[in-house]
Amino acid sequence: MERTINIKVKVWRQAGPKAKGHFETYALENISTDSSFLEMLDVLNEKLISERQEPVVFDHDCREGICGMCSLYINGHPHGPDSEITTCQLHMRKFKDGDTITVEPWRSAAFPVIKDLMVDRRAYDKIIQAGGFVSVNTGGVPDANAIPIPKRDADLAMDAASCIGCGACAAACKNGSAMLFVAAKVSQLALLPQGKVEAAARAKAMVAKMDELGFGNCTNTGACAAECPKCVSLSNIARLNREYLCAKMKD
Amino acid sequence: MWLTDSSIGRKLVMSISGVALVLFLLFHATMNIFSITDALFGVEYYNAICKFLGANWYALIATLGLAFLVVVHIAYAFFLEVQNYRARGRQRYAIEGKQPAVEWSSKNMLALGVVILLGIGLHLFNFWGKMQFVEIQHIFGIHVCETALANATNGVLIIKDTFANPVYVVLYLVWLGAIWFHLTHGVWSALHTMGLNNDTWMPRVKCISNVVATLVVLMFAAVVVFYFGVSLAA
Repeated sequence: MERTINIKVKVWRQAGPKAKGHFETYALENISTDSSFLEMLDVLNEKLISERQEPVVFDHDCREGICGMCSLYINGHPHGPDSEITTCQLHMRKFKDGDTITVEPWRSAAFPVIKDLMVDRRAYDKIIQAGGFVSVNTGGVPDANAIPIPKRDADLAMDAASCIGCGACAAACKNGSAMLFVAAKVSQLALLPQGKVEAAARAKAMVAKMDELGFGNCTNTGACAAECPKCVSLSNIARLNREYLCAKMKD
Repeated sequence: MWLTDSSIGRKLVMSISGVALVLFLLFHATMNIFSITDALFGVEYYNAICKFLGANWYALIATLGLAFLVVVHIAYAFFLEVQNYRARGRQRYAIEGKQPAVEWSSKNMLALGVVILLGIGLHLFNFWGKMQFVEIQHIFGIHVCETALANATNGVLIIKDTFANPVYVVLYLVWLGAIWFHLTHGVWSALHTMGLNNDTWMPRVKCISNVVATLVVLMFAAVVVFYFGVSLAA
């Protein structure tokens, strides 16, 4: 059954990377509770365009929770107050009539604001480029049963691989640390035989890049895993620490 | 040096120094229990330990080692905190949500650490300054009061005097509370940083953390409460 609500959205507006930002509050009426959060922002932008104002810039792409493009820090939570979903999967039925919804960009020194709610997340790409891949020649595609992998390891690797690199972990972290992301990307390969070959070099290269880009030091608060839309486990960080420390001890 | 240049290296220094300090606390707390059993059974084991750990060469070396650990742990704490504050960016969030899974102590380790440091200051003034420090001064030929020197290894007497004062009792209990919060996060976080954790062990290391923190704090608090009780009874 369709219901509509009247809300206020308090949005961070910032003209450019160097400009000083501020909050702007917009009133929206008759927003369907069946609409998604991003559809609500689309409605807002259409309204702004019709009033000849500049629309709010925000990142989005697939709108089905798999690309990792949408971000937004909504009412104090990355990807909004609901758990295990991305912003595009958040629905307006999670909000009440008369609510003021505060929308902020990811705030982290390594994710500078480009405009309004859009931040530069290339730092994560740079970490992947530093070692988040397998470069050994694996030949043609072998049969799936040619390399036996224990079910447990396969499952753990798959769970780690569910990371979509959205940046919610660094955005949620009080230390601006990217450890959960790096841990997931190191784990998904370190757990599998094809990835083990370069595991030590990968852990060192990715951690070094993460530190170089200005992410903070992990203090195991666990806010990252609590806010992760894909429920990547905090224990991946222990695995990354293990991989990294073992690699350094061997040197 | 990767122990200063890499984030995981810095965290390793934090965790190793932290665990070493926890081991010291376990030893210190166990030792203190003798001050209670002595009073109950009329023996003098606690003062024997005080004599053993006076200004002897091995005790002085151990004290220096301990001071080094404390300095390293605190220096790295501020080093990490400044870096983390910078990493968060200049613009802070207008609204910061809470996650039920996140312990309060994990977000306030530095503040708890400062309270603990103030407590250490008070504790050194109350005990170390009247015990090992007096002996050290005496060795270097600095004049110390005769009674102070005579009582320098009489730990039980100093405990009795200190905890007869309700102000000190309250301050010490607050201090122990801060230590409890600091350790409940600190112990499991240290093990996690050393890589000694996984999904199966996560609840176990957190349990170990709580048990160690509670054990340490209860043993220390027992002495404070017991001797406050003794002063009331006297």
